[in-house]
Amino acid sequence: MSYFLSLLVSGISIGFVYGLIALGFVIIFKATRVVNFTHAAIALFGAYVVARTHESLGFWLALLVGIAAAIVVNVAIDVVVLGNARRPDPGTLSIITIGLDILIGAELRRQIGFQTYGLGDPWGTGVIRVGGSFIPQTRVAAAVIAIVVIVLFALVFRFSNWGVAMRAASEDPEAAALMGVRLRRVSIAAWIVAGALATLAGVFFLTFPGGGVSNLAELAILGAFPAAIIGGLDSTGGAVAGGVLVGMTVTFAAGYQNEIAFLGRGVHEAAPFILMFIVLLIRPTGLFGTKELHRV
Amino acid sequence: MSEATPTSGKFSIPAKLPVLVGGALVALAVPLVASAFWLQTGLFAMAAAVGAIGLTLLIGVAGQLSLGHAFFVAVGAYGYSFLAGEGGGLGVGGGSGLGWPPLLAMVGGTAIAGLAGTIFSPIAGRLRGIYLGIATLGLVFIGQHLLKNVKPLEPVSGGFNGRAVPEFEVLGFRFDSLQRLWYLGLVLLVVAYWYAGNLKRNRPGRALEAVRDSEIVAGVMGVRVAMAKAQVFTASSVYAGLAGAILALTFRHIVPEAFGFVYSLDFLAMVVIGGLGSVGGAVLGAAFVTALPLALNQYADVIPLVAPVGSGGFDAATAARVVYGAAVVLALMFLPDGLAGLRRRRRGEDNGTKHTRSAREEIAKAG
Repeated sequence: MSYFLSLLVSGISIGFVYGLIALGFVIIFKATRVVNFTHAAIALFGAYVVARTHESLGFWLALLVGIAAAIVVNVAIDVVVLGNARRPDPGTLSIITIGLDILIGAELRRQIGFQTYGLGDPWGTGVIRVGGSFIPQTRVAAAVIAIVVIVLFALVFRFSNWGVAMRAASEDPEAAALMGVRLRRVSIAAWIVAGALATLAGVFFLTFPGGGVSNLAELAILGAFPAAIIGGLDSTGGAVAGGVLVGMTVTFAAGYQNEIAFLGRGVHEAAPFILMFIVLLIRPTGLFGTKELHRV
Repeated sequence: MSEATPTSGKFSIPAKLPVLVGGALVALAVPLVASAFWLQTGLFAMAAAVGAIGLTLLIGVAGQLSLGHAFFVAVGAYGYSFLAGEGGGLGVGGGSGLGWPPLLAMVGGTAIAGLAGTIFSPIAGRLRGIYLGIATLGLVFIGQHLLKNVKPLEPVSGGFNGRAVPEFEVLGFRFDSLQRLWYLGLVLLVVAYWYAGNLKRNRPGRALEAVRDSEIVAGVMGVRVAMAKAQVFTASSVYAGLAGAILALTFRHIVPEAFGFVYSLDFLAMVVIGGLGSVGGAVLGAAFVTALPLALNQYADVIPLVAPVGSGGFDAATAARVVYGAAVVLALMFLPDGLAGLRRRRRGEDNGTKHTRSAREEIAKAG
């Protein structure tokens, strides 16, 4: 039972990290209708910058540098590449981000090489004892920071001018533009927020017990894509809920892999996608996604 | 438009004839002179071209985004290998199979891939756009898991280390050399190209284009939308399956890694660089994306910027991915119709309707 509980807690806490990644993904989608396929690579990039700078700067400063680096890359993507496309419809722009992912992923893999980098966070490999089960301190910190960031974001999204502008833009870009919402700015702001969330999530995803920054990491981070889909691509709350669902599924599938050995070893790597199929079969736009209406 | 100018418009086949004959002669003569490396590269490119034709029908003509093409290619590759494999014995690498004649096995493997597409199409039919893209991405990950880790499938998959691919033969004629495989690949590619061209030009193609542009309008016009989507998904998977069979024959030993996420992205790059919806463009894109890394690797010591793996410089695979990743980005930024669009534009066929910006886009740009 305590094993079950420790899996539950660790599943929920990593779930918030998945939620953070999915949230960045959803923010860009909401603001611009572009599905950003570079998001996993950016998360890895941010974490990589932290991994390479924490020895000289210390963890917190390195985290800021990593966040800044991811923001710079994201803004460059939005302004230099997507802003200059000849045919700026969301479908084309989304496929451009796949091209960018090939590009960024290749260079990142070359930089990282066959190394595995630690992230130098202050919690190390420490654990907390909770009623007979052990939870890594990093997971607790991740959950706390993720919840703070998510609440903060929800408040900003609900009450600030930027949040209102962004919701208006996602509701109806034409009307929003006519009301004086500057869509370019909304878009850039969304990419900035997504870059920051990506780094933050990437660091907590990969730190102990996540295995560090290595070339295997990008595929693991891709598990957050289903989280966004499960929650519904245009729902920020859904992203977090989807993240928690994916986190629990992965953790339970890994924790009980002897019991479900008939599904094959390592089924937890495919588990987010299996869960996604099941959800999509029942609700084609995810759990909280809005149904598309069609006007002829 | 007068009929006295045979070089313009659709009826320009006589003008194309010398090019076609020339191309055919070159393609037929290649095995007589080319090295084993180039023959193998050519075969990989032909396999990729067959698969890319299927994908361009799906994405470009019917407007259904798929990132899971590598999964269906894997089904074809493993399907052929298992059906044609020696019956019984579980050798090293799991080379067992049903011992069918290879020709039948190729048809069977392709059909199984098509069947997989049909089975998936009810899911595909419910999803739209990007949801479909990411759902199909899921297929790749689940496929990798099935091939690598699932014990009951090991007689088929050979597990992590993959399995051997039985040689192809027809009526006792063995395709045991790269030269002979080249001709096999060429025949299959020509058939695939011809069939896709016909499909695109005729009723099914027009129905699919209508579905791409607006499902509701297509439905009103009498297109059975769900049926059309299921059919194009099946057709595209059949193409992928055939590509898998050719690929497997060229590899001679297949491993799950070859059919992963990266390969799916490669397919997308091929059809985008070639120009979405263009069958000829898909073939060009496939040749470019497939040959580039292999050629860079082969001539690494001659090309200045390319360095061996692990030396810190650009190894061939990385350099190639950077080049064609950039090609995808630049193509979509400046040539949204890809290489094929470039040719159309030169011939002045582009009537511009596609480029008319909607008010919404104007606003988005100005905002």
